[in-house]
Amino acid sequence: MSHFSAVGAAPPIEVYQLSRDYQADTHPQKINLGVGAYRTPEGKPWILPVVKKAEAQLAKDIDAETINHEYLPVLGLDSFTSAATAMLLGKGSPALKEERAFGIQALSGTGALRNGAEFLVQQLKKTVFYFSNPTWGNHGLVFKNAGFTDARTYRYWDKSTCGFNFEGLIEDLQNAPEGAVIILHACAHNPTGIDPSQEQWGKIADVMQEKRLFPFFDCAYQGFASGDLDQDAWAVRFFVERGFELFCSQSFSKNFGLYNERAGNLTVVVKDKSLIENMKSQITLIVRAMYSNPPAHGSRIVDLVLKDEQLYTEWCECIKIMSSRILEMRQGLRERLEKLNTPGQWNHITEQIGMFSFTGLTPEMCQFLLKEKHVYLLKNGRISMCGVTPSNLDYLA
Amino acid sequence: MATCWSKMNKSSSILKRSSLLGQSIPWQPIKMGAPLSARASSWWSGVEMGPPDPILGVSEAFKKDTNPLKMNLGVGAYRDDQGKPFVLPSVREAERIIAQKGLNKEYAPIGGEPEFGRLSANLAFGQGNEIVSSGRNVSVQTISGTGALRVGATYLAKWFPGNKTVYLPRPSWGNHTPIFKQSGMNVDGYRYYDPTTCGFDFNGAMEDISRIPEKSVIMLHACAHNPTGVDPKDEQWKEMSQLVKKRNLFAFFDMAYQGFASGDVDRDAFAVRQFLEDGHNICLSQSYAKNMGLYGERVGAFTVVCKDKEEAARVNSQIKILIRPMYSNPPVNGSRIVSEILTNTALNKQWLEDVKGMADRIITMRQELKDGLANEGSSKNWEHIVDQIGMFCFTGMTPEQVEKITTEFSVYMTKDGRISVAGISSSNVGYLAKAMHAVTK
Repeated sequence: MSHFSAVGAAPPIEVYQLSRDYQADTHPQKINLGVGAYRTPEGKPWILPVVKKAEAQLAKDIDAETINHEYLPVLGLDSFTSAATAMLLGKGSPALKEERAFGIQALSGTGALRNGAEFLVQQLKKTVFYFSNPTWGNHGLVFKNAGFTDARTYRYWDKSTCGFNFEGLIEDLQNAPEGAVIILHACAHNPTGIDPSQEQWGKIADVMQEKRLFPFFDCAYQGFASGDLDQDAWAVRFFVERGFELFCSQSFSKNFGLYNERAGNLTVVVKDKSLIENMKSQITLIVRAMYSNPPAHGSRIVDLVLKDEQLYTEWCECIKIMSSRILEMRQGLRERLEKLNTPGQWNHITEQIGMFSFTGLTPEMCQFLLKEKHVYLLKNGRISMCGVTPSNLDYLA
Repeated sequence: MATCWSKMNKSSSILKRSSLLGQSIPWQPIKMGAPLSARASSWWSGVEMGPPDPILGVSEAFKKDTNPLKMNLGVGAYRDDQGKPFVLPSVREAERIIAQKGLNKEYAPIGGEPEFGRLSANLAFGQGNEIVSSGRNVSVQTISGTGALRVGATYLAKWFPGNKTVYLPRPSWGNHTPIFKQSGMNVDGYRYYDPTTCGFDFNGAMEDISRIPEKSVIMLHACAHNPTGVDPKDEQWKEMSQLVKKRNLFAFFDMAYQGFASGDVDRDAFAVRQFLEDGHNICLSQSYAKNMGLYGERVGAFTVVCKDKEEAARVNSQIKILIRPMYSNPPVNGSRIVSEILTNTALNKQWLEDVKGMADRIITMRQELKDGLANEGSSKNWEHIVDQIGMFCFTGMTPEQVEKITTEFSVYMTKDGRISVAGISSSNVGYLAKAMHAVTK
């Protein structure tokens, strides 16, 4: 009798199942608008040229024995975490000047969220967290598995306008219990692509300050959204200027195209720098019991690029290429839909930002697209703009 | 309550959604009014200092020491005879080959590439083993050995139908306990190390195991026990396997040193394979940190041996559900190296030589240390130095002796008297013998 006879089959995770189904499909005009990974105009994955250069350099360094495969410190490559934290907060940030900010290397964005969530549960005994309705599919799972027991949503997407339900968001935050952790998307909201305006961020900050809510930013697209690193980090920096203590998870999967190297950082901003050593010691224990120390390769690449003036400039160009292509596709899709006199409003396609677009299509419409037209998208109507190319734009519209 | 910004006027509620398209909005620093410190203290005031890591503490102290003869016998990472980190030639070659392939950076599957899992299971269970060929194993890539243990512990905490307590050998790797506890398992132990012989307490182990409640989890170090270096003999493993079966216990093997212990990957997998032969459906954590020197690349694997393929499919689906909220999918740089080595005949051969080279150097150092102590005139029995196996040696030194050897000779080790033999080289083994003799005579 097996120990595991009672283990039920878990439902497949939608976004991965979608990829599998797409792979299996033989239709010549199939389009994959599921997973959020950048694609070239030819629909191919893209290894950033600057990343190739960095890897070639690292290979030389291993030969020269200036680097090797030894363990990184538990909290990660120091030079990487400082560079990542500075990239997010801006070199001139008061938090950095006052030494009240630090970074912890993490297993990409997911890992950073998990590390932060574990710390909040274990050290601050947090139980309540909020995520936007809708949000990235994994937010709830990460926090629940970290030990949060009370998952709540704040309104975000307004189905009737295909727009932002800002009033609903504010109301929900007003009603949040003190100390609740609020997951905020720093930019390029996933899945809707709708970001608050600066004034709206101001109001959000007001409510959060008044209600003593804790901001946990998820920044997976810095640079990738608008093409400008500072612009995409505006909201986080604004909260820092407003005096908040906050966590921010950073992913280098998209903006560096390092998806499978799991390069990420958890930025922590505090008021009192004397508490930092204690905090680091506790996070160390959390990391030790999960994976001991982080993988080196991805962080070395990012570190090299962020430190080197020439490579950094090249990287900024790569980001511009990726973000512009997305903007072009958004433009193209909207134009075609409007030209075809497709029922409904389509301005949200260009007003939304980042990799994803919430089309406003119903689950039934999505099923139709999937079954009849071989267009693969999530049943909540989210499409990945990366999957749109000049050659499939017409078919898609 | 006074605020340092003016209240938003409710009537001015038309907040234009500014289009970020093509417009560059300059970053405007917001000037602060009254300081916020008056309002609220920090969230973190209650965070206490965590206990210092004993092993890292050793390294820190070592770094500060200015004695030119200092020795770091703390951390378990292999060093060559010049005391330098060692990048295996097979690894270097694999990296060059992989670089030529121009592989992409797309997300790996949640459980890593299936081939990596299959190769790892075959390495552990033996080429052509029935388990892999019948597809009844779930083998996922993990964040090295720690990650494998964590995935395993989390899986057991959720799905193990028996007693959610894991029994660790006494002593065990210091990190086992926090990993299992943080995953929600209880932790207990069984006798293992006999301080009077510096060897295996076989009778004590068998007695304790026979008292472990049925349907509990028992953790076993496959080879090169950490921290003692003491491994059961083949015949003892066989008896333990029978007893574990009799007690209906679930065996969780931790194999972090396959190949690294004896120099032979098959020899080092003896216990694992014996248990499989005896019909245990085990689970196993594997690390490639030591045997391939891939420490910082974090490559490991977690395997559950299931009843059949159908059960494996269910178990696999549940394990993925646990991995996704941890880190979504694993890093591939290291796993690609492992797969390249294990599939490339020439590289595989090279690797087996590399790993034997490391194991041989360790074995040589053990012998030289024992000989050195004899030469110093030590009357103590140091047989255990060569009887023990793997990276670590439980010298039998007391905490006072350890203190003395550190302060007087700048020889750094953990308080339990454990030394990392990898930190010994032909140039300093004599010094170490002298120091050890001085504090133990």
